[in-house]
Amino acid sequence: MVKKKIEKNNEYYREKYLRYIPTAFCPGCGNGIILNALVRALDRLVENGQLNMKNLVAVSGIGCSGWITSPYLKADTLHTTHGRAIAFATGVKLANPKLNVLVLTGDGDGAAIGGNHLIHAARRNIDMTVILVNNQVYGMTSGQTAPTTPYKAITTTTPGGNPEHPFDLAKLVEGANGSFVARTTVAHPRHIQKLIEQAITHKGFSFIEVKTTCPTYYGRRNPPKDPPSMVKQLKEITSRTDPNKIPIGVFKEEQRPTFYEQLMSIKKVKTEEE
Amino acid sequence: MSGKKVFLLGNHALAKGAIAAGCNFVTGYPITPASEVLEQISLEFLNYPDRVYIQMEDEIASIAALIGASWAGAKTMTATSGPGFSLMQENLSYAYMTETPLVIAVLQRSGPSTGQATLPGQQEFYQARFGAHGDYEAIVFSPWSVQEMFDLAIKSFNTSEELRHPVILLADGEIGHMRENMVLPDPEEIKIVNRRRPKTVPYPPFQPDEDYIPPMPLFGEGHNLLITGSSHDSNGFRNADPELHRKNLERMKKKVQTRIDQLTDYHSELDPRGDAEIILISFGAAARPTYHAVRKLREEGIKTDFLRLRTLWPFNDKVIGSFLEGKTHAFVVEMNQGKLVREIERVGNKYGVKSVLVGKIGGVVHTSKEIIQKVHSELKKAD
Ligand code: SF4
Repeated sequence: MVKKKIEKNNEYYREKYLRYIPTAFCPGCGNGIILNALVRALDRLVENGQLNMKNLVAVSGIGCSGWITSPYLKADTLHTTHGRAIAFATGVKLANPKLNVLVLTGDGDGAAIGGNHLIHAARRNIDMTVILVNNQVYGMTSGQTAPTTPYKAITTTTPGGNPEHPFDLAKLVEGANGSFVARTTVAHPRHIQKLIEQAITHKGFSFIEVKTTCPTYYGRRNPPKDPPSMVKQLKEITSRTDPNKIPIGVFKEEQRPTFYEQLMSIKKVKTEEE
Repeated sequence: MSGKKVFLLGNHALAKGAIAAGCNFVTGYPITPASEVLEQISLEFLNYPDRVYIQMEDEIASIAALIGASWAGAKTMTATSGPGFSLMQENLSYAYMTETPLVIAVLQRSGPSTGQATLPGQQEFYQARFGAHGDYEAIVFSPWSVQEMFDLAIKSFNTSEELRHPVILLADGEIGHMRENMVLPDPEEIKIVNRRRPKTVPYPPFQPDEDYIPPMPLFGEGHNLLITGSSHDSNGFRNADPELHRKNLERMKKKVQTRIDQLTDYHSELDPRGDAEIILISFGAAARPTYHAVRKLREEGIKTDFLRLRTLWPFNDKVIGSFLEGKTHAFVVEMNQGKLVREIERVGNKYGVKSVLVGKIGGVVHTSKEIIQKVHSELKKAD
């Protein structure tokens, strides 16, 4: 029997992977691009037999990024308290290692209030994929400064320009010994998709920083204000090769035992001794 | 009860009780006087290939991981003390809202703040009830012996699983660090309750049965669960509708309140001569010298009842009231400046009973002599 090839149009992805749309994201927000890339990545993994959607648990925190998977993604979802998504996800993964755990977090959620959980999950090499959506600002609470806001940028709480310098999150997670570390932007949707596929199939702690646009609360006060130019700017300031630009791509990919594997190996030693 | 006689540290008994109850996922962050619970669990779990102990980066992460693990099917616990318990409160509120079973053992020490970190106290009576934000029912048990550290650990798990509700095991440093004889029951004799599971897939995560308890679907079973701490309908969809929110919270309250007689367990010993004039009421470590004081007072000819609360919350006004009725005085012995006494007073006022605090702070348990003196001086005033 010849399998009829299904045409994968938007309708297909919507039906199969989303609970409902339209989303509540503002016009011009990058979150929709990330959701789109995510479902395409999931579909590819399912098709390749590398993922069973039944085993996927999408954990998210508080902030606009948290909505990418909850409520929209048709999968098991856990929408947690602010900053704690990675800590909740650690419990999910260790209690049932068969599950594929995906975390959607933002820069405020994952790098400010939840920064501690980020570095410790990386250090432990908990087998999960963290997509950190970096819009450089607190969007949901209407535009306050974040630990990722550029120096001198204007936000509602830095009206005279941000006196702080932002985190380099990829470097932070590398330093914390995450085993897969990458960065991309919403100006590179296919790259997002590819990185998500790589990250989910990578065994261990995988981290993707996706630089995105928040025209409503960041763009409003900082040039270039309109959504298309913001995306264009992301393309211009990042590069896979030019050392003078913000690097994107995979910075680290290393195979080492996960926390769970280490824990189980300790137990085996103990039972053999007895 | 048949079983094995052992001489154990309170905190180790608590750990063994949790393990006997089927606890297979424990997180923790070191804190006096709870650390021995975590140490014992991490040691004993080496013998269980599928049980996980992980020391998290802080107490916030500890309870967060429990919630995630519980939805993945684990029976979970953490152990802490007052300061760590404070850090857990936000996520505890999340657990109430999402009806997530988990157990928090709190070994009370003397605060506020770092206070007398190595000395026992009973100051979290209200933190255990009202510490988290929002409007919810709390279930809190209180052990007074090493035996009860074991027994109530099991009861905490069974209750949490049955009601799909967090349970607080509110012990104190005195009992946690005490060594005592106890009986480890034979495993076949231990009654274990596991959460009710839905019969269909997909099942809405917040769809209750008629007895107000929602069966619990788990991650990885094909339910496409939508779990959120925001106001939600039975499917888990966010919905801030006033009626929906009211109904949901009222149901969660009924879930606990309709079982109040099953949940509340009090240890009482009435004066054998009957018609006691006074009653001494206490819980946890403070109940031990209280028990002794009651015997002495009886010997002196003062007819005295003894009441010890094994369940601190929910508070069973009706049953407590039946003990207070007909008394002139209720003496409430506790290691703080007056917490349980407020509840006793509230109920006792209906019966014209004078509630008297026998409080003690400073990290030292009362002597029975101190309690007796307070009773004497108060009764003298009344003459
Ligand atoms: S506030 Fe910003 S990040 Fe949030 S949905 Fe709107 S544009 Fe997107």
